[in-house]
Amino acid sequence: MTSQLPLADIEPTIENQPFWDALRDNRIDLPYCQRCRSFVWYPRAICPLCHQGGLTWRTLPGTGHVYSQTVVTKGTGRWKDAGPYVVAYVQLDSGIDSVDGPRILTNIVGDNALNVSIGSFVCSVVDRSDDANRFILRFALA
Amino acid sequence: MSLRGAAYIAGAYEHPLRTIPNSTVAQVHAEVAAGALADAGLGFDDVDGYFCAGDAPGFGPLSMAEYMGISPTHVDSTETGGSSYIIHVQHAAEAIAAGHCKVALITLAGLPRSSGAGIAGAGRFGNSPEVHFENHFGMSIVAGYAMAARRHMHEFGTTSAQLAEIKVAASVHAQHNANAFLRNVVSVDEVLESRIVADPLHMLDCCVVTDGGGALVVVSPDVARSLKRHCIPVLGTGTGIKHVDNGRIDLTHTAAVHSGPRAFAEAGVTPSDIDYASIYDSFTITVLIALEDLGFCAKGDGGRFVMDGALQAPFGALPFNTDGGGLCNNHPSNRGGITKVIEAVRQLRNEAHPAVQVPDCELALAHGTGGNLATRMGSATLILGRNL
Repeated sequence: MTSQLPLADIEPTIENQPFWDALRDNRIDLPYCQRCRSFVWYPRAICPLCHQGGLTWRTLPGTGHVYSQTVVTKGTGRWKDAGPYVVAYVQLDSGIDSVDGPRILTNIVGDNALNVSIGSFVCSVVDRSDDANRFILRFALA
Repeated sequence: MSLRGAAYIAGAYEHPLRTIPNSTVAQVHAEVAAGALADAGLGFDDVDGYFCAGDAPGFGPLSMAEYMGISPTHVDSTETGGSSYIIHVQHAAEAIAAGHCKVALITLAGLPRSSGAGIAGAGRFGNSPEVHFENHFGMSIVAGYAMAARRHMHEFGTTSAQLAEIKVAASVHAQHNANAFLRNVVSVDEVLESRIVADPLHMLDCCVVTDGGGALVVVSPDVARSLKRHCIPVLGTGTGIKHVDNGRIDLTHTAAVHSGPRAFAEAGVTPSDIDYASIYDSFTITVLIALEDLGFCAKGDGGRFVMDGALQAPFGALPFNTDGGGLCNNHPSNRGGITKVIEAVRQLRNEAHPAVQVPDCELALAHGTGGNLATRMGSATLILGRNL
């Protein structure tokens, strides 16, 4: 799926390269701290709860629900003429009992995206450029 | 160590213009510095402490000290967005209490109207570790605050009409400020009929974009006693930060839940003691959430609190932003902050416009909210008195 929203060149770092490698293959992989039983958001090498490294990468199911959202009528910069579009915080399902997924910033895309409301169930979408060199994690209403 | 009475604000100055053609940012810093020093009855040679934030050009305190021709023994460039300058007052009081300086100068300046420049200090975010996980979704500043507003409405039933009351109060005050960018009084309906920028926030829920600046001079008790000008004692200070918290962000509160109680405890006062409040107002929702977090009302009651003219001077329950605030008067460098302290000083000196001067104003609060409510932000709370 490709929305019409802007895509940017991503410059992965050594800390977050596995996230982008997995996303290219349509998976959401995040660092997970087994000591804290917590995913780490945004992806990095050190758990901010116990301040230690040694994190493992785990795949999340790619589903979640909307924590909050806004329909932006008029964006700025490269997004100046992209509106109306939806910016949202999505609470990801973790796929692990009694572990919450992180709330992450994203867009809701798709023909019915403007129908979004808090609590809406969503599924992940890897939004790609035509040549697939640019891609990013967005969501569509489930 | 308590900072209660450790330092005094001796000088406060706000640049009179909201569009400043044919000027540079460094120049405006120096002009407002001269204004605040003159207000205090001091000169550049008296300055031994200098404070600036991300809006200062070049190497910050190094570049500006050179430009202005000062040689401070203490410098500080703490950067927390629009709350920076309120933190600077706290840090100036700390430095004065420690004997590191006696006359601290704080400046803010920017030219976003004339230059079309973006958010001051924004250039530093290019290599932030979160950049590729936040910056590619078109989340303009207003979109972040809109998500906070939407969540607040969802949890507590807050309405757009209640948010509009905040803009109405600011506009009622701004009509008396000859320098205010927007001087027309607006109604709740006019706010609601202005175009949506990022729902639920309208154009009139947003602050103005202005050139300008301001400066403060914070001095030791000894220096304050030597000056003719009415110096305003610092009674309480508090800083707090909040961030995404490992994917657990809560959009309905700010770090004012930390900065507020610290400031009130240091001052030995409670919210109900405050006669006048300057509340950072980048957007109407910024005010509403801060009022709750600071304890002027319970969490979730902000919408009801601001109705019926509660924020309108001189006789509302909590007169706020009597200069017209960032919503109507001035938001220099896309951040303001220092203007919050300046108007609090005017109120405590009985020098606000007579139409909005709070009678017998003895205790004032100035509160800053910097960064972005939707990601990471810094709150700073300052409590000032007419006298110690």
